[in-house]
Amino acid sequence: MKKLMGLLGSVWGGVITHKLRSFLTMLGIVIGVAAVIILMAVGKGTTQSVVSRISSLGANTIFVTPGATQQSGGVRTAFGSASTLTLEDGEAIAANVDNVVAVAPSSNTSVQTVVGGKNVRTMVTGVTPEYQEVYGITLAEGNFISADDNNSKARVVVIGSNVATTLFPDSDPLGQTVRSGNYIVTVIGVLESSGQSITGSTDNAIYMPLNTLQLLGGQLRTKNGDHVVSTIGIEASDAKYVSTVTADVTSLLLDRHQILDSANADFTVTSVDALLSSVKTITDQLTLLLGAIAAISLLVGGIGVMNIMLVSVLERTREIGIRKALGAKESDIWAQFLIEAAFLTFTGGVIGVILGWGGAFIINKTGLFTTVVTPDVIILAVSVSVGIGLFFGFYPAWNASRLEPIKALRSE
Amino acid sequence: MIKLEGITKSYKMGKRDLVVLKGINLQVNKGELVAIMGASGSGKSTLLNIAGCLDRPTTGKYYFEDKEVSRLKSGELASIRGQRIGFIFQTFNLLSRISALSNVELGMTYSGGVNRQRAKEALVKVGLGERMNHRPLELSGGEQQRVAIARAIVKNPSLFLADEPTGQLDSRSGEEVISILLSLHAEQGTTLIIVTHDASVAHRCQRIIHLKDGEVVAEENV
Repeated sequence: MKKLMGLLGSVWGGVITHKLRSFLTMLGIVIGVAAVIILMAVGKGTTQSVVSRISSLGANTIFVTPGATQQSGGVRTAFGSASTLTLEDGEAIAANVDNVVAVAPSSNTSVQTVVGGKNVRTMVTGVTPEYQEVYGITLAEGNFISADDNNSKARVVVIGSNVATTLFPDSDPLGQTVRSGNYIVTVIGVLESSGQSITGSTDNAIYMPLNTLQLLGGQLRTKNGDHVVSTIGIEASDAKYVSTVTADVTSLLLDRHQILDSANADFTVTSVDALLSSVKTITDQLTLLLGAIAAISLLVGGIGVMNIMLVSVLERTREIGIRKALGAKESDIWAQFLIEAAFLTFTGGVIGVILGWGGAFIINKTGLFTTVVTPDVIILAVSVSVGIGLFFGFYPAWNASRLEPIKALRSE
Repeated sequence: MIKLEGITKSYKMGKRDLVVLKGINLQVNKGELVAIMGASGSGKSTLLNIAGCLDRPTTGKYYFEDKEVSRLKSGELASIRGQRIGFIFQTFNLLSRISALSNVELGMTYSGGVNRQRAKEALVKVGLGERMNHRPLELSGGEQQRVAIARAIVKNPSLFLADEPTGQLDSRSGEEVISILLSLHAEQGTTLIIVTHDASVAHRCQRIIHLKDGEVVAEENV
């Protein structure tokens, strides 16, 4: 114990004598650790926010989108760009597939919407009443698109909270008219601010009856006159039917599109679960990549530690000689320099954690990224930094311990 | 106390071997006060380093307290240095960045642990009770050498080795240092070997060993 105290005293003496140098050595580790923590926090935060957005749709939701997912060989149609999915497909699904609660075909057009001098340019989504159920839409006031609105091709819209505050900064938007594209439409509902949607924030959305949009927007039709839609959302009656519904929808659409081999399908059926797992895979890899980039800076910091320790050993050759003359064993000298390196990197690691944590907190506050700092990252970062100290301090410390006492004493 | 039998030491200098010690036979008994004299390059310091287990002989046998130590592992030599031997160097060899007291405590770090009270007592004994917290550079040469003596005393070693302890001191502080060393011998019966140029210092010892070109050329009892 007394020996350990003596050792720590020696280490502290070595660190404190060269304050600036010790600080600069630490700085490399501080920056490395802070970078690891911030980047991992951004990665994890992004994962978490994407996952929670998708999960908010519910585990029993299934999407059908046009275009194929990746196939081996052949040219792949860009995801969602093909015009192969129709309103009639949606109706067929609702009519023929069991265990389906709601089917919500929707279609998007980018239009400028104007009131007086104010305007917003957002995606206008043509929807049926089922859309509210399938996508979990909640209203702040008014009503969502009704079946009557859709059937009568009523010129009405439901707007997101951001759109409402932009167009009607100081009046109630309900019952007011806006010009959307070339048509005058009436606002019948305003969404609750949520920011929770797979297609981005619903705060900037404008919803219109699907039939109205088809009429006003000059929507595409297929060769046989069917109405093209961009997505069909399906809600199964229970999460346990998701796989059977997925299979049934796939075979129904293959049949309707007269495709024999499912490998050639011109649409993609995805469940939230499947989406979730693939998104998670991507974001996890992203997090890992960010962590790896940050780890490189930590490695560079570690090399800095080694460099400084080598210089420090050279400079203190005489001190090592004195200590050896006083009875220090090789292991004493070795431990002193190794602990000194580990102390520098540990302190650097702790400061790095504090800075990284603070940085992640500030980034979270700015709203640029969601950041999540988890304890495992902190433990990892600190132990890796101590490990770097031990690893990169090993060689200099070994060098020091091997000095011959006589030669070390004679050096200047 | 110590016995050297046919000790030689040679260094490689490029292709040639530089022979520093050519077969030294020497015995120092417990409680003896011995001076080693000789010109520069006569091998005095090398002999003292071997006696202090800081260096190993090329050939020959070295018995320290009846134990042959010349072929021991470096760790075992280190613990002999730590437990049994007190060194005093011409150049003091203090750590300049720490206080006199810390330097004395450093002497105990590798031999049984630091005891601040004993470190303070040792400094008082060499007359530096008032200057414990000064750093070496704030002390005179004589004071620095007395810190070095205190650093050796705290270990309570069985053998004191002083390598030209007054070589860098003026005559007055040199005399202070020598009288402290001699009083250690007189009061505690410490075994003390002093390497010196100074005949007046040597003549205050019990025995003088004259070295020339790596050989003992004369021994005289005072």
